[in-house]
Amino acid sequence: MNAPAYNFAYLDEQTKRMIRRAILKAVAIPGYQVPFASREMPMPYGWGTGGVQVTAAILGPSDVLKVIDQGADDTTNAVSIRKFFVRTAGVRTTTSTEQATVIQTRHRIPEAPLSSHQILVFQVPIPEPLRFLEPRETETRRMHALADYGLMHVKLYEDIARHGHIATTYAYPVEVAGRYIMDPSPTPKFDNPKMNDCPALQLFGAGREKRIYAIPPYTRVISLDFEDHPFERYRLDGTCALCGATDSFLDEVIADDHGGRIFVCSDTDYCEKRRNDHALLTDSGHD
Amino acid sequence: MITRCLRIAAMTDEEVPLAIAEGLSKWYGRQLGCRDVSFCLYEGEVIAVVGESGSGKSTLLRLLCAELAPSAGKVHFRTRDGVTRDLALLGEAERRFLVRTDWGFVHQDATLGLRMAVSAGANVGDRLMASGWRHYGRIRGTAADWLERVEIDRARIDESPQTYSGGMRQRLQIARSLVSQPRLVLMDEPTGGLDVSVQARLLDLIRGLVADLRLSVVIVTHDLAVARLLSHRIMVMKDGQVIESGLTDQVLDDPREPYTQLLVSSILPP
Repeated sequence: MNAPAYNFAYLDEQTKRMIRRAILKAVAIPGYQVPFASREMPMPYGWGTGGVQVTAAILGPSDVLKVIDQGADDTTNAVSIRKFFVRTAGVRTTTSTEQATVIQTRHRIPEAPLSSHQILVFQVPIPEPLRFLEPRETETRRMHALADYGLMHVKLYEDIARHGHIATTYAYPVEVAGRYIMDPSPTPKFDNPKMNDCPALQLFGAGREKRIYAIPPYTRVISLDFEDHPFERYRLDGTCALCGATDSFLDEVIADDHGGRIFVCSDTDYCEKRRNDHALLTDSGHD
Repeated sequence: MITRCLRIAAMTDEEVPLAIAEGLSKWYGRQLGCRDVSFCLYEGEVIAVVGESGSGKSTLLRLLCAELAPSAGKVHFRTRDGVTRDLALLGEAERRFLVRTDWGFVHQDATLGLRMAVSAGANVGDRLMASGWRHYGRIRGTAADWLERVEIDRARIDESPQTYSGGMRQRLQIARSLVSQPRLVLMDEPTGGLDVSVQARLLDLIRGLVADLRLSVVIVTHDLAVARLLSHRIMVMKDGQVIESGLTDQVLDDPREPYTQLLVSSILPP
């Protein structure tokens, strides 16, 4: 009857509570997919409806929000979600990884190390790591319940048999806290080691599939592999054409009409910071 | 009572049955699946279940591996630790453990028993990985050995079972089941739908493996020749009930029940 006309950060209070309860449960059972009553968001499925709901549920007035899409702060998805929260919550936003307290991400984990006062929110299209191996939801749930995960290795076996190495390069399955197998959302496997023992809380929201799961801070996250084919990070063999980084995850960009191409950092904030630092160094060199 | 206990304690593994079915019945609503089936299966023994379609053979098979819950009766199975346990009291996790270690299944339709989307090697390695093997080289080596054992060319290890012929699929299914060294193998019409020469080779292979590995087998078939070739004992089913059972040769050579006589006499002479 006398509900306030405005509720902070878009969601009504009951929805927020419901999502927070799901998040608490997810944090209590690392890697377990908690079902939740996902709401319609003012954007199509596949554009981060799960991530937006999680972000809206945890956002406070003092938070500083950063949104990235494939590592970039300036792509459509990132810009529109950032604007959405500026409008509905009035929170401060940033593109700097260090300054952000909540980072919503699609398909990347920032290059800069995260700290314990930060929360990373992933947008997840398909939360079920067993989905393409076992189409029945009832069966995958039972497999999770019984830790019956042999099938996951069948997939990796098949990779090696076909390609000579584990050819899965993104959405590479991980084991969380020695129990649940989890899909880290379509992040490149380059980012998998960053999930392990991470000081920041990592939350995963899948809007269409109505699942929330989490990796609490400092949790052991292991990428699945074989003893004789251990997990390997993968990055394109090149240097960033803008900042010269040799350690960051690279995007390939077509530079002209003659097939010329360059590599640039996928994490725009990391790249910019490196360029600024470099400019400062050379400036001071002139003095 | 005490003497009986002493007798059991003195029994060796050979003498304690591997599996015991006790008054097994299954009703699908008002439809009868099978009724009051009891038998013991010892290690290294092959029992054939014969009968026409709809006589409850497959229902019995599914009851034996606890895939179906019986309406009445019990199935006991002696696990590797030597304890004979009631399957109905096993948890789902324990049942699955048995399914991927101690039990093997060979279906009539190979696509049910195989993962058609992955290679033959992965099919054979499936059970090994499910029971914790994490060394690619060893899994592959074992898979290749098993392919050879069931007379499939090692070079075809990376091919999908989609590219295999019916007989090869059936042999692949056998390799996939036996790789975990199961003690009980359930076969549902393993030679169904294969041409006669392929059938003969497959039966030969099964007979060899059963003898080498001392497997206990329950084989469901409507083909009396298969029963005669493979099994030690036979159970004839009709309308969900076992109407006659005994040593295979005895039953087939000297059938007592009219229905069994009919079955035996309806084999076409070659």
